Amino acid sequence: MTVTITRPTGTCGAAAPSWWRGRKAMGWLYAAPTALIVGVLFVAPLILVVWMSLNRWPLLGGATFNAPDNYVDIADNRLFRDAVGFTLKYTVITTVLLSAVALGLALLVQERRPGVGFFRTAFFLPGAVGFAAASLLFYGMLNNDFGPIDPMLRALGITSEPVKWIGTPNMALFSTITLVLWRFAGFNMLILLTGLQSIPVEVYEAARCDGATRRQIFRRITLPLLRPTIALMLILSITGSLLAFDQFFIFTNGGPDNSTVSMVMVIYRQAFFRFDLGGAAALSAVLLVALVALNVVQMKVLRRSP
Amino acid sequence: MRYYTTMTALAVLFLFPLVWSGWSSLADPGDYLEMARYGEGLATYAANSVLVSAITVAGTLVVSALGGYAFARFDFPGKNLLFLVTLAILMVPYATILIPLYVLLGYLGLQNSPVGLALVFVMFQLPFALFMMRNAFEAVPRELEEAALVDGCATFQAFRRILLHAVRPGLITVGLFAFLASWNDFFAPLILLNDGADFTLPVAVVSMTQHTFGAVDYGMLQAGVMVMALPCLILFVLLQRYYVRGFMSGALRG
Repeated sequence: MTVTITRPTGTCGAAAPSWWRGRKAMGWLYAAPTALIVGVLFVAPLILVVWMSLNRWPLLGGATFNAPDNYVDIADNRLFRDAVGFTLKYTVITTVLLSAVALGLALLVQERRPGVGFFRTAFFLPGAVGFAAASLLFYGMLNNDFGPIDPMLRALGITSEPVKWIGTPNMALFSTITLVLWRFAGFNMLILLTGLQSIPVEVYEAARCDGATRRQIFRRITLPLLRPTIALMLILSITGSLLAFDQFFIFTNGGPDNSTVSMVMVIYRQAFFRFDLGGAAALSAVLLVALVALNVVQMKVLRRSP
Repeated sequence: MRYYTTMTALAVLFLFPLVWSGWSSLADPGDYLEMARYGEGLATYAANSVLVSAITVAGTLVVSALGGYAFARFDFPGKNLLFLVTLAILMVPYATILIPLYVLLGYLGLQNSPVGLALVFVMFQLPFALFMMRNAFEAVPRELEEAALVDGCATFQAFRRILLHAVRPGLITVGLFAFLASWNDFFAPLILLNDGADFTLPVAVVSMTQHTFGAVDYGMLQAGVMVMALPCLILFVLLQRYYVRGFMSGALRG
């Protein structure tokens, strides 16, 4: 009897015997915790975010239906409009630089030679540190009085006065991107490295036999075969950058003059500085729909690539 | 030779911030365990973080091991739908459902609670964990399970005694990433915890930098950074194999 129970699924006919119904119940029993967590903590908040966005919903106190005011207000929300522009700019610059640096690093550590394992680890190690911790690290390191960078630059004669690392909008963006490159370059390098290593050695050998130069090999073989991996890296970088929060909240605190406020930061401020959960929910819903749409497009593009 | 000069320079560039942080965190060891603002030590916040991470890791392991087994070995109504909805968690940006989660945890009496926060982390870990564990169980030969059942084990006993051993690498990977996510995350505890005494390390240390009165203790700040970073760096060195395996199957987003 016990042996029958373990018969592979799919072998039974239309009339399910009683042990089969029991097996269905067992399956549900094992899946029940998953269903509970997903239902209560994922599906319910998804519905709730829509409902909240249709209500005047203060941080404290009762909610009143006011649709579509929260959505109408988004058009007048200057902080959010500016944040959309800033976040897009940040996303483009970060993605371009991060991909270039990661590709450079991956090509440098691609070949097996003595010591290359150490270099790979060294480049990846910042990626093992949490992003909040990394942001705090840079907050201290680029401090004019406490950090080591300012004295070093002065000793080298590069600057004569304190550098405004987060004092002007452009410098704040530059410093944040440096932080992001430091933290994520090694991680992206590792993604590209797996792609590089999946290119068969024979392909390179054949190209070399045909007299291809290093440059030709890179442009005609490496880059095209690496396309799916590069696409994956771009998707991760774009999605991550559009949702940027930690680096701006911790490192620049949105400053100076709200010049580095990201979209997610506006949601946070709407909820906990302006005590307007309904407005924050409307902003969340808009961002959610936009990013899901973007994800769908990106997945289609990724699937189409060879 | 030029190769090694370039590489060494790059390695110094990447390692310098970590080395500097470690060094300056020890520059004034007298204050190492005291945080001026709350009058409580880093140890308190580290303990909060350990508690949240422990609940997250345990919860993720239990839920995904049971669920992975269900998806690998059983056929039940709604199976495909549940799997799709779970994977859809990856499609939805995490930051956009934290506001409703904040309200929802209030309804459940879990606002401002380490348990509520940990359950949210379990949910965010589930797509990766469930996918990982389903594949792990599918890779176990059915004969192993059948042998146990023939020997008279009940299904759950077979699951516990035989199968869980067979999928141990999967469990380690899932546990590792559940730990890293819950230990390092900043946004979720920032929103879901209100009371300073309950703060996890990232929120507690960040609030050191944002207070408007008094000077920021930069040595203490880097001590906080090191307390956050060291467990992750040690785990990376010890579990490198699982690390790479995990994020190649999509553990880290963004």
